[in-house]
Amino acid sequence: MTAAVKKRRKPVRPARVVLQAFLIVMAVGWIFPIAWAVYNSLRDFDYTSVNGYFSVGGFTLDNYVEAWSRGEFGQSFYNTAIIVIPSVLITLLLASMVAFVLARFSFPFNLTLLALFTAANLLPQQALLVPLFRLFLNFELSYDVSDSGSLYDTYVAVIAANIAFQTGFCTFVLSNYMKTLPRELTEAALVDGAGVLRRYWQLVLPLCRPALAALATLQITWVYNDFFWAVAFMRTGDKMPVTSSLQNLRGQFFTDYNLLSAGSVIVAIPTLIIFFVLQRHLRAGLTLGATKG
Amino acid sequence: MADQAVRRPPRRPRRVRTLSGVDVLTVALMVAVPTVVVVGLVWGPALATVLLSFTDWNGIGNLSEINFVGWQNYEDATTNYPPFGPAIRHNVLWLVVFFVGPTLLGVILAVMLDRELRGSRIYQSIFFMPVVLSLALVGFIWQLIYSRDQGLLNEVLGLEGGARIDFFGNPDINLWAVLVAAGWRHTGYIMLLYLAGLKAVDPALREAAAVDGAGEVRTFLRVIWPVMRPVNIVILVITVIESLRAFDIAWVINKGRNGLELISTLVTQNVIGEASRVGFGSALATIMIAISTVFIVIYLIQVMREQK
Repeated sequence: MTAAVKKRRKPVRPARVVLQAFLIVMAVGWIFPIAWAVYNSLRDFDYTSVNGYFSVGGFTLDNYVEAWSRGEFGQSFYNTAIIVIPSVLITLLLASMVAFVLARFSFPFNLTLLALFTAANLLPQQALLVPLFRLFLNFELSYDVSDSGSLYDTYVAVIAANIAFQTGFCTFVLSNYMKTLPRELTEAALVDGAGVLRRYWQLVLPLCRPALAALATLQITWVYNDFFWAVAFMRTGDKMPVTSSLQNLRGQFFTDYNLLSAGSVIVAIPTLIIFFVLQRHLRAGLTLGATKG
Repeated sequence: MADQAVRRPPRRPRRVRTLSGVDVLTVALMVAVPTVVVVGLVWGPALATVLLSFTDWNGIGNLSEINFVGWQNYEDATTNYPPFGPAIRHNVLWLVVFFVGPTLLGVILAVMLDRELRGSRIYQSIFFMPVVLSLALVGFIWQLIYSRDQGLLNEVLGLEGGARIDFFGNPDINLWAVLVAAGWRHTGYIMLLYLAGLKAVDPALREAAAVDGAGEVRTFLRVIWPVMRPVNIVILVITVIESLRAFDIAWVINKGRNGLELISTLVTQNVIGEASRVGFGSALATIMIAISTVFIVIYLIQVMREQK
């Protein structure tokens, strides 16, 4: 790397070299835990127990096959999809509706409403646990619909909690984004006699595509990564989404670390794919929320 | 700006007049439906938690059987509940360590990576990578390093047999081990947020400082830092809230016992555990609400000021 630095036309400053060296050490350290998991997930347990983990060799893909079936990942990824897809879609729909009104109209309650939504995402999840737990438990349903006879232990409960919790953040980001759209656009539509619904759906929403893409990416990651709601509102093991199922997988995996590595990598893969393919959107979503515009 | 109309009343009547009856209904629904969801499933429950914390409800009986017991649950928590003290200490420690560790490191990394530097994008990606992993999964990944029998760290330290350390199991050190793992994730998050803030700083400011002959450190402290005030507040609030919310990693390791007690895990144990002490669990949750409210207000003041 020092050679690379020297190639620059500017004279090499010692401070730059130190900085680069520091960053390289940090970066290697940062990537190490993931690399270590990937490396050992690809190795045979018998080989590593004889030669130790500090060895090279014994490469196999068997851990993935084994981890996939023992962790019942087929089922839990399916469960995750059932939760993530409606959660993200409904969250974005609800948030964009409020955001549209907040950005395009000037009602006296606008600021209060924005605060109400923005703050909702900042509460600790445990703050809502008791009442929501009781609410879902006491919400009686026919046993044909729900095995528990209530909303408790259903996907609907987890989806509802996710939507309620995430809508605030998305509203904040979207309303800020919509305010940057040129006002003349909707005013022109107004002259053409377009109703509110058309202005929202056909005019403003398509213009918000970059923000919606960023938020969708971020929300998929967050809801996928959510651990708490399913732990709190679900009891049946084979309904658990991937991340929450980790609490039950301990016993399955913690005796064989090659298996544990493979299981960890399997759980990480969806978000790592998002990270590598859609990093631009992820970063945009996060920074749109924290800094304005 | 959209809000100008708020301060210029003459524009408002014109706008309202353009709404037909259908439009009024549409707008009302667009606001009402999401508001009902957020109030009904977030603010209502949060308020209910506060109210329940003053009752002795055990969660089973009718709501009519609830007795108000005043501050009893809070008294029990502080005087008669052994895990409470450790949990508070652990949350405070979490907060302090997060500030002096990952948050500070994240800011420093952002400042370093903000300049034109070879490979800056790659470094940013690497530090950002753990942010997309859930804290529960982070616990799993670090188990590979921390474990007593097959973990890397014991191997590196050359410990054998009884001298081997169970980093996640030993109550004297497991919180620190967890903090390293959680900090690994938090650093990238802060770096990203700060970097976005730095990118938004007007380059003319730096040039002016450079013309005045200010060094890099001086420029940062005197020129950049003050301009970054909004981002600094966001980072302060996020670090506090994240420290208070810490839950997944402790729960996945040992359900928040034996050295990993946190307020969040105590609430959860009391509510979904066998005991089901609803009033008591609510009192603990109310403490969380009270602390977060302070920082939510700080955050809102900042954000709403920017809206103007």
